[in-house]
Amino acid sequence: MTYTLPILSLITWMPFIGALLVMFTARHRPLAVRLISLATTGVSTVLSVVAYVAYDSEAAGFQFYEKFALVPPLGINYELGVDGMSLLMVLLTSIIITAGVFASWTVQVRSQEFYALLLALVTGVYGVFCSLDLFVLFLFYELAVLPMYLLIGIWGSTGEVRPRGIFAWAFRETGVGTKEYAAMKLTLYLLFGSAFILVGIFALWVEAGQSSFSFLAFEATSFEPGVQRWVFFVFYVGFGILAGIWPLHTWSPDGHASAPTAVSMLHAGVLMKLGAYGVVRVGMGLLPEGAVDLAWLVGTIACINVVYGALSAMAQTDLKYVIAYSSVSHMGLVMLGAATLTEAGLNGSVFQMFAHGVMTGLFFALVGLVYEKTHSRDIPKMGGFGRVMPGIATAFTIGGLSSLGLPATSGFVAEILTFMGAWRSDHRWWLIPAVVGTFLTAIYVLRVVKQIFWGPPSPHFHHLEDARGPEWVAVVALTIIIVFFGMVPGIAIGLVDTATVPLLARLPLP
Amino acid sequence: MGLHAYLTLSALVFAIGLFGVLTRRNAIGILLGIELMLNAVNINLVAFSRFTGDLGGLVFSLFTISITVAEVALGLAIVIVIFRVRKTVEADRLDLLRG
Amino acid sequence: MRILVWLPLLVLGLPFASFLLLAVVPPLRRTGRGAGVISILAIAGAFLGALGVWTQGFRTESRWEWIPADGGPMATVGILVDPLSAAMLALITLVSLLVQVYSLDYLHDEPARGLGRYYAYHSLFAFSMLGLVLSPTFLQMFIFWELVGLCSYLLIGYWYDRPAAARAAVKAFWVTKLGDVGFVVGIVMLWGTTGTFDFTTLFAMARENQIPAEGLTLTLFLIYLGAVGKSAQFPLHVWLPDAMEGPTPVSALIHAATMVTAGVFLVTRAQPLFLLAPDVMGIIAAVGAFTALLAASMACVETDIKRVLAYSTVSQLGYMMTAAGLAAAAAGFFHLLTHGVFKALLFLGAGAVIHAVGTNDMFRMGGLGRAMPQTAIVFIVGTLALAGVPPLAGFFSKEAILAGVWQHGATTLFVILALTAFLTAFYMFRAVFLVFFGRAHAAGHPHDAPWLMRGPLWILAILTVAIGLRYAIGGHGDDAHPAPGWLAPFSVVLALSGIALAWAMYQRGAIEPAALSRALRPIDFMARRRYGLDALYGGLYQAFILGFSGLIGWIDRYFVDGILNVLSAWTLRGGDGLRRIQTGRAQDYLYGVAFGVLLVVVWFHWWAQ
Repeated sequence: MTYTLPILSLITWMPFIGALLVMFTARHRPLAVRLISLATTGVSTVLSVVAYVAYDSEAAGFQFYEKFALVPPLGINYELGVDGMSLLMVLLTSIIITAGVFASWTVQVRSQEFYALLLALVTGVYGVFCSLDLFVLFLFYELAVLPMYLLIGIWGSTGEVRPRGIFAWAFRETGVGTKEYAAMKLTLYLLFGSAFILVGIFALWVEAGQSSFSFLAFEATSFEPGVQRWVFFVFYVGFGILAGIWPLHTWSPDGHASAPTAVSMLHAGVLMKLGAYGVVRVGMGLLPEGAVDLAWLVGTIACINVVYGALSAMAQTDLKYVIAYSSVSHMGLVMLGAATLTEAGLNGSVFQMFAHGVMTGLFFALVGLVYEKTHSRDIPKMGGFGRVMPGIATAFTIGGLSSLGLPATSGFVAEILTFMGAWRSDHRWWLIPAVVGTFLTAIYVLRVVKQIFWGPPSPHFHHLEDARGPEWVAVVALTIIIVFFGMVPGIAIGLVDTATVPLLARLPLP
Repeated sequence: MGLHAYLTLSALVFAIGLFGVLTRRNAIGILLGIELMLNAVNINLVAFSRFTGDLGGLVFSLFTISITVAEVALGLAIVIVIFRVRKTVEADRLDLLRG
Repeated sequence: MRILVWLPLLVLGLPFASFLLLAVVPPLRRTGRGAGVISILAIAGAFLGALGVWTQGFRTESRWEWIPADGGPMATVGILVDPLSAAMLALITLVSLLVQVYSLDYLHDEPARGLGRYYAYHSLFAFSMLGLVLSPTFLQMFIFWELVGLCSYLLIGYWYDRPAAARAAVKAFWVTKLGDVGFVVGIVMLWGTTGTFDFTTLFAMARENQIPAEGLTLTLFLIYLGAVGKSAQFPLHVWLPDAMEGPTPVSALIHAATMVTAGVFLVTRAQPLFLLAPDVMGIIAAVGAFTALLAASMACVETDIKRVLAYSTVSQLGYMMTAAGLAAAAAGFFHLLTHGVFKALLFLGAGAVIHAVGTNDMFRMGGLGRAMPQTAIVFIVGTLALAGVPPLAGFFSKEAILAGVWQHGATTLFVILALTAFLTAFYMFRAVFLVFFGRAHAAGHPHDAPWLMRGPLWILAILTVAIGLRYAIGGHGDDAHPAPGWLAPFSVVLALSGIALAWAMYQRGAIEPAALSRALRPIDFMARRRYGLDALYGGLYQAFILGFSGLIGWIDRYFVDGILNVLSAWTLRGGDGLRRIQTGRAQDYLYGVAFGVLLVVVWFHWWAQ
């Protein structure tokens, strides 16, 4: 490596340093809190872009490699490295967190703790994408999941869910709708998933001779088919919960609806991708035979996700729930692309992670803005906002178009690649749910756009205004990224391809 | 008399002490029960010491006796404090640990 | 030779540059008319370039990698110039230019920022439409196909605070998207079997019979579905009449002359492939003819002048599709070009009328011929062309189609199209008599439009006449389908009898319209209700999609999530039950300890030896 600078460590730990600085130096100085956060995430962002540009796609493989021993007897090392796929995810993370820092500019209550937790969480996310040691990866994974509990529980907002149906008693007893409920549900679900992941990691460690947790070492080991099958399943469930696979997805709508803006952005935009990334990188990467054996399951569940998520989104009246369910639907497309086990599909899947991350980040940022101005998330009450907030309307429409897969937005490239992959896979019928899902997306997205921004002005709201100042930064930047990567997808897919092709080459495909 | 006789005696004293601890409602009574159980242990220690010729047992029993003194003093002090606060030392009413 | 590449790229790039400028520089956009001038200059440049491309008549193709993959690009973008796309370039840039000039006066009352937005959309539309016709691959065509759909959506909903416009825009998007779902599945399937999206490669394969026949019919049918949506063929034609909620110049450009013809263009472009699937061709022709007749019947009972024109567009698109489906694509394409010119003329003329009287209802107009003589003249020129009266442009293209249909031996379709031609003449002259002749209804003093609006009208009218005269003098360009000798008099008679009927009913009053509708009661009843299709779709949407989504939403919230909540409620209850064991009395705990010790002793004693 020509880079002696530990660039990945810097990217990963910079937000953590920011969190410490925020906690210990910026007490009761809100502006300093924000500037420190911006500076540290900014450094990570710049370094991510540098790494992205400097990555040698001719050589491919894991680059910017770093390693030192942590617990030598057990084979635990601090080992970092990125390939094309994880590098795109690192870039996505830095985009979203920078936008998130801007989007939470107006947080008033205990902003110091808020930013500190947010930054600590981001270190966990970077760590998962950069780690090549599964034990350390797991530690980072937990670091990414746990602060969510506090972030939602303290800064979240409470919605209303009426208890109905035969299980109404259970709804009353658990307090559905409150932010505490949402925080608890999300955390417990994800910890449940991480228990699976831990089991899977230890199973690999034992099977590979108890000498190393390194991804590269596992990659060089060929596990028994039986082991591969059940460990892949364990990873699929464990990471899949975070990716919102049906029917273990219900934490996502409640969690994302209750979370404060930046947390929703980060969670739907990046954390759900951790799940999909885990399935692809750890599951498919280490257990090729297990992946081939269980692809039918992954793909079928993904098809359910796509259609089911879209239909559920259509049924919602709360704006945040619509966006949250659309994430469930789009994560289905991500998993579907991966399950096709084709070059087109897997590239589409990874690109969809990126595209959906940016898009949903934009959505949540906009919903946060609308909520801040209207103090309502109730879609039927809104109307005619296009006249008073044209900027927000435009950005929302572009986000919506990307979500329904309109060309010239990044969503289209991801979707068409997924379609192509689905048709080339062993299960051609997957193409149908995928396409139906995008049509349903067109229906619910445009319905929401029409209801909120078009039509005559709503009598419920007066004196609304467009976004201002720092609020614009996140919105404009994310919008530009959506369109830019939609028109020039090659700069991302070229890189991703260098990672997915070797991965697919290891699969024992007939 | 063999070791068994001492051990049986010790077991009996321990059981009586345990019975006292479990059934007494007065805190003083419970403390007395605890003393009995501790003394059962002492009997064991001394008996083993005698039959194995190891002086360690005697030394330990001396330790135990002195610690018991301290423990009783502390226990009684707690009982007195509880009495001052709660106006009772009945064990049934002392349920601050309840879940 | 480089000019071959950069000239078409310039045609494509100018509107895009204009769009980009207006989109990312808000102060420029908010100047309104200034934005209009920028857009018009760009499209004027593009028009000159397109003329250059067209008159040079060269053929070129270049491609660049778009989506990379391991073994060569997975998708490319590029440009393909041939006579087909060159003619389309000329038509699109011409109509775009005229419509944009026209709009400058038509929308002079609009606030500046609205007007800026309007021109930004127009530039985007011009770029997308040009990109569509220049596409060398199915994928690129689909990309621009969707983009023109987006522009149509945005421009129909230009007055977004009108509920009707908002509804119409969304409806247009959904209905066309439904067709596009078929399109995208079709091209993905085609890619799956052939491994390419390229027209040139695919056509070469088609010539050498290298395309696997299995599933090809379905594939092409799905691709054709895209054309059904975009070109408003039955049963997806319902969005086009509603699209008239947009500003009239938009209707002229997008919903008459250019975008809606994309479907015809697609079938024409991919003709070598469609020829491999005769079943699909049969469907295309039959659906086209049926659409033509159905739309013509609805036009006869419509009272809104723009909607009459909209139905007439649907009907003419049916004509073109029939020709394309009967392997007479050249005739269909010829009609596409002439129709583009005179239908834009009609729409812009109607716009001038609406602008003057402030209503769309033909029965509230009347006698405008005297107040607006210039508008009346150009409108009548357009109407004669559409009705198929020689020597105007429409006569020749329509005759070419009828000749093609006759040559192909499709008698039923020929009869349907002939009937449609008669109805076309009837409903168009019904409109003319109601609007320009008879007693004046309109209050105020309608007068001819300002010159920025009149100019484009005259240019289009002159073109309509000129194209017609060129064919009247120069003979037919298309000799592939020589018409039987009786055909020309026959179509003239059809047109004249339609005109005569309209005259008798609405001018002379010799036949009572009410009596005729009573005589044709069932058709009249159904046509006035648009054959129930809108209601059917509305009902399906409400009941099926919304109902089903409501059901899924309920299941997700109260069943899937309900099970989870039951589990957590049980956990809570279990904890609650176990809590009671914690009495807080130390003695109770000691009981537990003692019992535990007892168990351990017993276990050691009896089992653990």
